[in-house]
Amino acid sequence: MADAPTIRSLVQAPTAAQRGQVILVRATIAHAMETGYRRGSDGQMLPRDLIRRFSCTLQGQSVFSATMHAAMASNPYMAFHVRIMESGVLQLSWTGDKGFAHTRSHAITVS
Amino acid sequence: MKRRIAIQAVPAAFAACWASSQAWGQPTEQTMSQAIAKFTGGAAAQMGKVSIGISPLVDNGNAVPIDISVDHPQESDRFVRRIAIFNERNPQPDVAEFELSPASGLAQVSTRIRLATTQKLVAIAQLSDGSFWMQSADVIVTLAACIEVE
Repeated sequence: MADAPTIRSLVQAPTAAQRGQVILVRATIAHAMETGYRRGSDGQMLPRDLIRRFSCTLQGQSVFSATMHAAMASNPYMAFHVRIMESGVLQLSWTGDKGFAHTRSHAITVS
Repeated sequence: MKRRIAIQAVPAAFAACWASSQAWGQPTEQTMSQAIAKFTGGAAAQMGKVSIGISPLVDNGNAVPIDISVDHPQESDRFVRRIAIFNERNPQPDVAEFELSPASGLAQVSTRIRLATTQKLVAIAQLSDGSFWMQSADVIVTLAACIEVE
């Protein structure tokens, strides 16, 4: 990340849930997911620059993770489910090429 | 006449795509089955349990919504461990692998993928008992993901 631009990400999930409820978590992050198969306007191949891993933990426990390849669309979007047993914090993190790393938290309260 | 031009133009457009993909090895059914064998560790996958939700006709291959769901409970003693998506004709056969846990609650994942051309997709799920289940889907792509430039 040359001059460390702000990384934009969006996590959509309920903030309150009932005990045992399975909630839908939708996460997306702004990233070009450059495949390494395209040429830029100067005719040179654009170097590959991908987010390789996504992981979601609930109170430090891994719930869902993903390994991504060039065939993932830009601004990778993922929707998955999490069963909530008690109040906790979802930690979503993305890591990739060129030292890319981004983490977001989302608190869920059990009522 | 117009139709003829269109028919001739389509292969020309794909030729650019193919030319660039050749350099990384020709994408074929074989490369996909190798990638699948790597995922399953050589174990055979049975047809069923997995369903792929994808539009059969895709306008834009750059971002194709896809849903994978597995007809299997997600409980502490029996759950879906992994789900992977493979394609036949992109430059690389792998798309994504998802690792689930009993805390996922539901074996269902949605994402958006790239498709270089009309092709077959395969989704494979590994259950907690180690068995593999698969499903395939054929997709027609009208605008490919890899012929556009910056």
